[in-house]
Amino acid sequence: MENNTLDIIVCIKQVPMVSELPWNSKTGTLKRELAQGMMDPASRLALEAGLRLQRAGQLEDRRIRVTALTMGPPMAEEVLHQAVSLGADHGVLLTDRKMAGADTNLTSFILGRYIRMFKPDTGLVLCGAQTSDSETAQVGPQLACELDFPAIGWASDIRLTQRTLVVTRLVDDFMETLEMDLPGLVTIELGAFVPRYAGLAGVAQAFASPKIDVVDADRLELDRDFNALKDSPTRILDVFSPATQKESRVLKGAAKTVVDKLFTDYGKIISSAMGKDLKKK
Amino acid sequence: MSKNSTGKDIWVLGDYRNYFKNRVTLQILARARALAEKTGGRVCGVVFGHDVGGYTGEYIAHGADRVYVIDHPRLKSYGIETFTNLLIRLARDMNPDIILIGATRFGQEVAPRVAKQLDTGLTADCIDLEIDDKGRLVQIAPSFGGNLIARILTPKARPQMATVRPGTFHELPHDNTAKGEVVTLDLPEDLPAERVRCTHSEYRPAKTLGIEKADIVITGGRGMGSKGKFKKLFDLAGLLNAEVGATRPVVHAGWVGHEALVGQAGKHIRPKVLFSFGISGAIQHTAALMDADFIVAVNKNPDATMMKLADVAIVADANQVCSGIIRALKEKIRD
Ligand SMILES: Cc1cc2nc3c(=O)[nH]c(=O)nc-3n(C[C@H](O)[C@H](O)[C@H](O)COP(=O)(O)OP(=O)(O)OC[C@H]3O[C@@H](n4cnc5c(N)ncnc54)[C@H](O)[C@@H]3O)c2cc1C
Repeated sequence: MENNTLDIIVCIKQVPMVSELPWNSKTGTLKRELAQGMMDPASRLALEAGLRLQRAGQLEDRRIRVTALTMGPPMAEEVLHQAVSLGADHGVLLTDRKMAGADTNLTSFILGRYIRMFKPDTGLVLCGAQTSDSETAQVGPQLACELDFPAIGWASDIRLTQRTLVVTRLVDDFMETLEMDLPGLVTIELGAFVPRYAGLAGVAQAFASPKIDVVDADRLELDRDFNALKDSPTRILDVFSPATQKESRVLKGAAKTVVDKLFTDYGKIISSAMGKDLKKK
Repeated sequence: MSKNSTGKDIWVLGDYRNYFKNRVTLQILARARALAEKTGGRVCGVVFGHDVGGYTGEYIAHGADRVYVIDHPRLKSYGIETFTNLLIRLARDMNPDIILIGATRFGQEVAPRVAKQLDTGLTADCIDLEIDDKGRLVQIAPSFGGNLIARILTPKARPQMATVRPGTFHELPHDNTAKGEVVTLDLPEDLPAERVRCTHSEYRPAKTLGIEKADIVITGGRGMGSKGKFKKLFDLAGLLNAEVGATRPVVHAGWVGHEALVGQAGKHIRPKVLFSFGISGAIQHTAALMDADFIVAVNKNPDATMMKLADVAIVADANQVCSGIIRALKEKIRD
């Protein structure tokens, strides 16, 4: 680490926008056809954390560079443009067919390989604590192993001192303050910050800017027969939809009618759970 | 360290920091017991800490055949690198077939590190675990965003690893007469210093909302429509003496705080009566409410999964039915 310079890498994932989708108000089914990619909310907070450090650094005459890094299909470049429009200095997309289907172990391997090969002076890696599409919370800790960095998960606040990073977090009912030397890795918990929004000018500028680097398997010098899908230690045996179904009693009609039926037929069950008698009428 | 393992054992990491409140280790021991009947291995608890004798007994009383213990002042508080390092060493030495870890925040940090360094797979947040006819661990977990469940194997790499959220399994009753072996191991001398230093730690138990224990729970989803309308569920809860829970999109939209989240990522509930309003029934949500005795679901869509899980499925607007029940109750409990 060059004196007074700190290189931060923020790992960002593009996730499908499922739980944000609207549903068809007639049928009540999700409009899945509208599903788009978006920046994972926790990744977005990791970026926010990086940008706040960047700003704090400016005040102290410290140069802090923020690089947004993502692995994903070509369309994941969108989240890098977004990151740049929000204030990241660069974006890097790791993309290749051979990387598709990588589990968390291989994802951390590929991210780590990029950082070691191209950003060996990285002082701090920031990740979202867990992504909204899978919530495994595995990539951060595994990337720390890959880089042999000390790491702290689930941060709700981070502060940079001259040599160390101080993290506050609430985990398993313990409020903790932790400290580590850099280089290191921190994962940021949802709710840690209120993320900023980019002005329109920023967005237009970001899409015009040549700040995105695209890196494939060759540039990462991955083995010729590297294949993320095949190399994962786990295999999906099969996939099924949850079968448990009850014999449901279906009630239909005006609200007043169904509520009356509910109490006539099931009032006893409800009142016994309440521990209170209910009047018949 | 003793090398008397059969390579068939099932290990459960003893996560005791929040004991009594968080029983996830005991819950996993119960399932490990059932798995071990099929594999013929032993169930082994693994405990790192200082003055942790009390827990070894508890683990044996709840299903462990054997408990490995490293008891040392240096292990007085949880240290991520230290605990990871110890678990990896023990595993390399004794080759367990399976390692199961509770998905507390700490477990969620330890498990992926151990899996990575042992070069094996890890399935997070399993909702069930089974043994197939070849004696392999079948890791059953939600996949593809919510409506499907995947059965996952670790064909070659060992150990097979999985994490399990608190509340997924039921602990066995405490058995005072259970026999088990305690194997005490020394702290390795070459243990590297922890690079993460804890300068302050304070126990701050979450305000218990009581939702996990409540006899009546009212859950609301996106179908409630808005934050303002969602509030009506609290009026209903007041009348029913119930607790209010919510789905993830509702929590993310800020209609209600994170402590109300019901599901894999939140609370497990087991009420006598559950009222579910405007919820589709994604597996990450329903996995945490299968223990409800009686479910009333309200949804405009009769085909929503939540409706299929209900004893009474009301096809109607969630807000109107909520208001209707409030009105009816006000009459019925007026004296
Ligand atoms: C890794 C991961 C972990 C997750 N963990 C959790 C978790 O712990 N807890 C959780 O809840 N979710 C979790 N989710 C999200 C989960 O997959 C679903 O997206 C979520 O549960 C859906 O919430 P919902 O039912 O409120 O919304 P939707 O799926 O949008 O359903 C809304 C329902 O309301 C109905 N509706 C609409 N309007 C009305 C009306 N006027 N009256 C009546 N009904 C109406 C619709 O028919 C629909 O069925 C997780 C997802 C992932 C990927």
